[in-house]
Amino acid sequence: MLRRLASLPVVLLCVVTITFFLLRLSPGGPFDSERKLPAAIEKQLLAKYKLDGPILTQYTGYLNDLIHGDLRLSTKYRNRSVNEILAQTLPVTLTLGLTSLILAITAGVWLGAFAAARPGTIAEGVALAITLLAISLPSFVLGPLFILIFSIKLSWLPVGGWGTPAQLLLPAVTLAIPYAAVIARLLHDSLRETLSEDFVRTARAKGLPERSVVYRHALRVAILPVVSYLGPLAANLLTGSIVVETIFHIPGAGGFFVNSILNRDGFLLGGVVIVYCVLLMIFNLLVDLSYRLLDRRIQQ
Amino acid sequence: MNTGILSPSGRVAAIVLSAMGLLVLAGPLFFPASYHLPSPLTYAPPSLAHPCGTDLNGRDLLLRILEGGRISLLVGICGAAISLFIGTAYGLIAGSSGRGTDNAMMRAVDILYSVPRLIFILIFINAFNERLQLAANSQGWDWLVGSSRLVILILSLGVIEWLTMARIVRGQTLTLRERSYVSAARVLGEGYWTILAKHILPNLAGIILVYLTLAIPSVIIDEAFLSFLGLGVQAPQSSWGSLLSEGAASINPLRSAWWMLLFPALALLTTLLALYTLGDSMRRKIGAKGH
Repeated sequence: MLRRLASLPVVLLCVVTITFFLLRLSPGGPFDSERKLPAAIEKQLLAKYKLDGPILTQYTGYLNDLIHGDLRLSTKYRNRSVNEILAQTLPVTLTLGLTSLILAITAGVWLGAFAAARPGTIAEGVALAITLLAISLPSFVLGPLFILIFSIKLSWLPVGGWGTPAQLLLPAVTLAIPYAAVIARLLHDSLRETLSEDFVRTARAKGLPERSVVYRHALRVAILPVVSYLGPLAANLLTGSIVVETIFHIPGAGGFFVNSILNRDGFLLGGVVIVYCVLLMIFNLLVDLSYRLLDRRIQQ
Repeated sequence: MNTGILSPSGRVAAIVLSAMGLLVLAGPLFFPASYHLPSPLTYAPPSLAHPCGTDLNGRDLLLRILEGGRISLLVGICGAAISLFIGTAYGLIAGSSGRGTDNAMMRAVDILYSVPRLIFILIFINAFNERLQLAANSQGWDWLVGSSRLVILILSLGVIEWLTMARIVRGQTLTLRERSYVSAARVLGEGYWTILAKHILPNLAGIILVYLTLAIPSVIIDEAFLSFLGLGVQAPQSSWGSLLSEGAASINPLRSAWWMLLFPALALLTTLLALYTLGDSMRRKIGAKGH
């Protein structure tokens, strides 16, 4: 565990370094436009945004600023710092992401357990077919279809925007559905395997009702693969939220991310990537901890 | 491959996929030349002349879907092939080297799993496309100028989708190398690489094929994701992802050209569903044989 903790700064340094050099070594600067700026003004701009001097000095300067918690200025949204932009947009993205995370886990675990408890029945077949269909419906297919059906044809829910629970519902469901299906399949397979193990047979032999065998005894063990999938899941949800925010016009960090690529807004782009990675690392650490708590056998 | 080993659903999926491949490859050849060009018929709903309707520029949507399918499938297959190559090599080396190397290599895979890889690839593609284009222009590689973005897209997607393959191959290698015929080869003095190539790799073929089937849809989804955001395939080329983003843009409360969204979505859904079904059915067969 301690070793994992120690590897975090190393991974983070790699992330920062890769991001920085990807951005700075690409041709074209943030101030290139149709009209060439006078040399003096360009020089002044570069100095203001700390984009002058040799690349290595720029790199160490950036690292130094990052350590002090300064993500620097956006070159597109003049006079706004990246910290400021993220402070406004990140809560939106996190609300969306966490809601989807909870939805995906709840729906996935329920459907997976439902299917696994009914081996060989039509219900299991239907449940598995649903998961296969859901995996094949990525959010950029589902989102616009949901808008077409629920917002435009039926007028039940708002087309987009942010602020009310009704505006959260469609995007969160859109983002969650494919991953709920992945969780359901994972849990189904692992639960089927667990249900054939000795301790489950013992529990059944003791005369416990099937419900209790599946949901109280076997599920506790079978949930482990799902727990270790939470890390990748969080990464996928953050990535996926970029497209969902675009579809539903949600003012989150994802939209700024896409624009910052198009605008060559390097520090904003770097800021989003770095903050995402830090969040994911913390999340992974928590997942790891809970995995160990759940599975005491690992410690023995 | 012998279809006899597939379940009925797997067989249906294989037929659907072959049909889709044939349609996408040969279909566009049967359209009249005028269908390739813009026309004044903008946003015409589906009719006999245009079964899937027309787009903003009056082009036939069915033709665009078939042509987009070429790009989507090409990216999917080539990207998956690259990921297969990297993943197999990585997994083989991790599984057959000592414990220390194995641990370090698999730890790296764990870390990569929980990093938003697609985001890095996004930055990479957009940073290096111009560079590649400059290089292609100065070297006179005409074939690369028009499709540099596609090439870079295929390469980068191949580079991020190999993790699952590496895990599976490594796990199989770990069990295979304990088999007695591998020990026998070792005792007979065969070298490390010979054993890998002659005794371990051939036994991995089945499982590699299964995960290739599952890697193709992942790459197709990634490509569509990037193109949907306008950061993948660029006009005049289009893929299912960019068609979907046009579709999403053409529905609004005032006038919704639903066909622009529905038909590309159906094409993508059918292909993904068939690929997942096929992969699933193959995996179950191989899993059942292994036990």
